[in-house]
Amino acid sequence: MRAHGRCGVSASFREPSFVADAVRIARKDLLIEFRTRSGFLSATVFAMLSIAIFRFSWDPTAVTSIDLAPGIVWVIFTFAGLLGLNRSFGVEQADRALDALLASPVSREAVFAGKALGNLCFVLAVQVIALPTLALFFGLPVAPEWWGVGAIALLAAVGFAAVGTLFAAIASNTRLAEMLLPMLALPFFVPVLIPAAQATSKLLAGLPLTEVIAELKILAAFDIVFVAACTLAFPFTLEE
Amino acid sequence: MCAARLAVAESPALVAERVTRKYGGRVAVKDVSLTLSAGDCLALFGPNGAGKTTLLRMLGGLLKPNAGTVRLHGNELPGEAETRRLLGVISHRSMLYDALTVRENVMFAAECQGLRDAASATTRALDMLLVLDRADTPVRALSRGLQQRVSIARALVHGPRLVLLDEPYTGLDETGARALTDALRALKASGATVVLITHNLSEGLALATHATIMRAGTFAHEMPRPEASYDVGEYAALYREIVAGGE
Repeated sequence: MRAHGRCGVSASFREPSFVADAVRIARKDLLIEFRTRSGFLSATVFAMLSIAIFRFSWDPTAVTSIDLAPGIVWVIFTFAGLLGLNRSFGVEQADRALDALLASPVSREAVFAGKALGNLCFVLAVQVIALPTLALFFGLPVAPEWWGVGAIALLAAVGFAAVGTLFAAIASNTRLAEMLLPMLALPFFVPVLIPAAQATSKLLAGLPLTEVIAELKILAAFDIVFVAACTLAFPFTLEE
Repeated sequence: MCAARLAVAESPALVAERVTRKYGGRVAVKDVSLTLSAGDCLALFGPNGAGKTTLLRMLGGLLKPNAGTVRLHGNELPGEAETRRLLGVISHRSMLYDALTVRENVMFAAECQGLRDAASATTRALDMLLVLDRADTPVRALSRGLQQRVSIARALVHGPRLVLLDEPYTGLDETGARALTDALRALKASGATVVLITHNLSEGLALATHATIMRAGTFAHEMPRPEASYDVGEYAALYREIVAGGE
């Protein structure tokens, strides 16, 4: 495809590609995060501090680490993830870069997918640091079940990133974005968090992966529903 | 009340039909129509709160009108990717990512536009706006004026056919202002349509093929050929009269 370009120079254009556009936006967000480290540092520090506080307030004679850890994992992931979600549309709103993106040929759905993909990478990076730290602090056994926990974390992170990105976009248009986002998003995280916490609990208790197939299916189903619904709803959140 | 209408085009590139936009109960733009053809440059003047930016955002498909339509080369905005590719938007906000370098910002815009040779187009755009020597500097380290030049390079990198500018001269020094004026003249000459909001009457009139003064969300005065009809002093007196009449 060719078009008349700047100052009479012909410019050649590609057909728009949903995947390429989404990856480009995610890559840009991750590059900004890598340069500033603002969201990742605060989320990681929050996760470490929370783990330390839970560790030192824990009475091992009252409750075992295997009973306590799954709840802590998901509380930490939820709130650490929210710190990153708040930031994801903050960079677009700061100098209204979002307007340039919306005026470009990139589809609204690709913008959502890119932002959600960036947020997914952010949440997974926090998990990669927080999970081993938690295992270390609580003396959790190193066992093959951790692969299962990793799979649950990945599935839960997909739903979390989809819902969180949608509500981050809504909240970013308000003056109280940081306060509004948890209020809007937390109720929608519940369907993801409950099966994730249940499955983590079973795996850490030593049950085989086959025992958590039901929870994995629920998580996968919620992921499909949330990703599809949020992608369709996202363009409406951009209208003033 | 009669609808505000500016119709000067024989083969229209941009057509707005009776667009209205409200914020809550307040009408920001009321029943405005305009038609511009390729190579036209419309200067929009008016006091703060007159509805200029709201109108410009509707012309760019960034804001949906409550009533009326905006068409660019026959396609309703925001429309399909091909239609949005014709657009370049420049605002008094930089629309840049301050953690990225100058080149990364413009390259990102070029890639979003789908340019096959985004790297060369980026270099050309930065050279045109005289910021090529700052290509690897993070945007946050630049002065306001240089950021504005980068923002202009970002908007023009793909050779848009409709350029919407909201106070683009804000923060620019003489060199930057001249580079912008040259770029806009070249765009006009290549057949692009330009809509320019500015408070600087002389800059606006120097570029414009048509001018209008907005007040209270509507066109209070329209002039098809400003350079043939008025000098800046006369137009400034008219502007003051119209603005004062609305207060």
